[in-house]
Amino acid sequence: MGAAGVATAATAVTPLAVSAAIAETQERTVPQAQAITGTMPVTLKVNGQSHSVQIDPRATLLDTLRETLHLTGTKKGCDHGQCGACTVHINGRRVNSCLTFAGMQQNVEITTIEGLGQPGHLHPMQEAFVEHDGFQCGYCTSGQIMSAVAMVKEPWGTLDSDVKEAMSGNICRCGAYPNIVAAVQAVRRMA
Amino acid sequence: MELFELVTAQTIPEAVKAQAKSSTAQNGAEVRFIAGGTNLIDYMKLNVERPNRLVDINGLPLDQIEKTADGGLKIGALARNADVAQDATVKEQYAVLSQALLAGASPQLRNMATTGGNLLQKTRCVYYRDTATGCNKREPGSGCSAIGGYNRMLAILGTSEHCIATNPSDQNVALMALDAVVHIEGVKGQRAVPVAEFYVVPGATPQRETVLEPGDLVTHITLPKMPAGAKSVYLKLRDRASYEFALASAAIVIKQDASGKIEFIRVAMGGVGTKPWRSLEAEKALLGRAASSATFRTAAEAALHGAKPQSQNGFKVELAKRCLTHAMGQASQSA
Repeated sequence: MGAAGVATAATAVTPLAVSAAIAETQERTVPQAQAITGTMPVTLKVNGQSHSVQIDPRATLLDTLRETLHLTGTKKGCDHGQCGACTVHINGRRVNSCLTFAGMQQNVEITTIEGLGQPGHLHPMQEAFVEHDGFQCGYCTSGQIMSAVAMVKEPWGTLDSDVKEAMSGNICRCGAYPNIVAAVQAVRRMA
Repeated sequence: MELFELVTAQTIPEAVKAQAKSSTAQNGAEVRFIAGGTNLIDYMKLNVERPNRLVDINGLPLDQIEKTADGGLKIGALARNADVAQDATVKEQYAVLSQALLAGASPQLRNMATTGGNLLQKTRCVYYRDTATGCNKREPGSGCSAIGGYNRMLAILGTSEHCIATNPSDQNVALMALDAVVHIEGVKGQRAVPVAEFYVVPGATPQRETVLEPGDLVTHITLPKMPAGAKSVYLKLRDRASYEFALASAAIVIKQDASGKIEFIRVAMGGVGTKPWRSLEAEKALLGRAASSATFRTAAEAALHGAKPQSQNGFKVELAKRCLTHAMGQASQSA
């Protein structure tokens, strides 16, 4: 994927032509002192933790989460805002992390699937997806769950058809839709 | 994607000054404002948009939705589509706008996309999106691959031999029917442009889509007060029930007197025009007449009178007529 090359701090920046591995080592030991031409310092607050990194301005929030901060729970599907696999929360609202640059998301609270729950300590929506078999291959699941958690707080009607409309920005190619709707409805009824 | 510099504008004049360095505010701009980013970043990934500088305007105080002294509504350029759609005044007095916004994109995108960004939403024409093909809008003089190509989704109104790209927005169709005014701050100060005059048809210069000049920043839109008792409806027809662009859509604002005679009417269409399409012809056929399905059909015929179908989108002529007729019926009967 074309955008993969701009994911980390310096991989796609040509002036020094360094390898990704070297760039990352430099990046971690001396984050700002040896900034590579064209990169920018960015501080991101993700799941309550602050991260200061030097990134290529082309790095989307999605690529930065995955490739720089190594939070790989958020998935890259279409990379064009059409599939919803990259859904995260910014200040509690669900957004497509592939369609915003990380440099634009400083001073906000970013929440990823890693910040929602942990094995043995799942978020109710995660538990509901397990309980209702809301997935098969699992690739879209973190996006589905992030979307569903935000959706519960939004003004939607109570019907299954309302959930389907509210979740229309998350595609599941395995077709687990009926079970996803069941999981979301189970959590909404608990609230 | 080409490398760019990301800068943050702290003030409106600073933003204006930064973009004014661009040779154009239209296709091919070297400097772009970025707000929601949903449309621009998509096109940057496709190398259709190749700015060398992005001016992040998200910090500007332009996200308010507030009533105006004359009974209208002011919507900041940075107000997110989701917030506008759920605003109490919008839902109550400008239902067509709320409905149009909720018919567009996905909840995630609506949380990001802004009023000003939506106003400038780019066409979805597959040839505009694909840099391997000719497209006069993207690359003037390279030809229109859509004429005689895959044009099922494309326009039948306002086209030229150079471009048949559809304006994809739902919001803007509603704004046409609501007589919205676009407020712009530019290098020469502030000005207000009625939305009907904001867009230009492609003609021989499809790379130009609006009246915006270098430095121009849309700061807000205003909606005039609706006539008391007016009702409005947005109807969108598409290939699937949700999360899809319109094949045809209709925005209707109507007010009838006690006898059922139409005393105020606005008719706009989406999915069929090279710009959000207001139909004065349909309005003329409705004003002063009694609301009836026959009147609505006559008005719909008038609206599509000048339609020029391409090789694959002839179906849109009848679809748009039925869309208009049905929406007019809904609006005239809505409580």
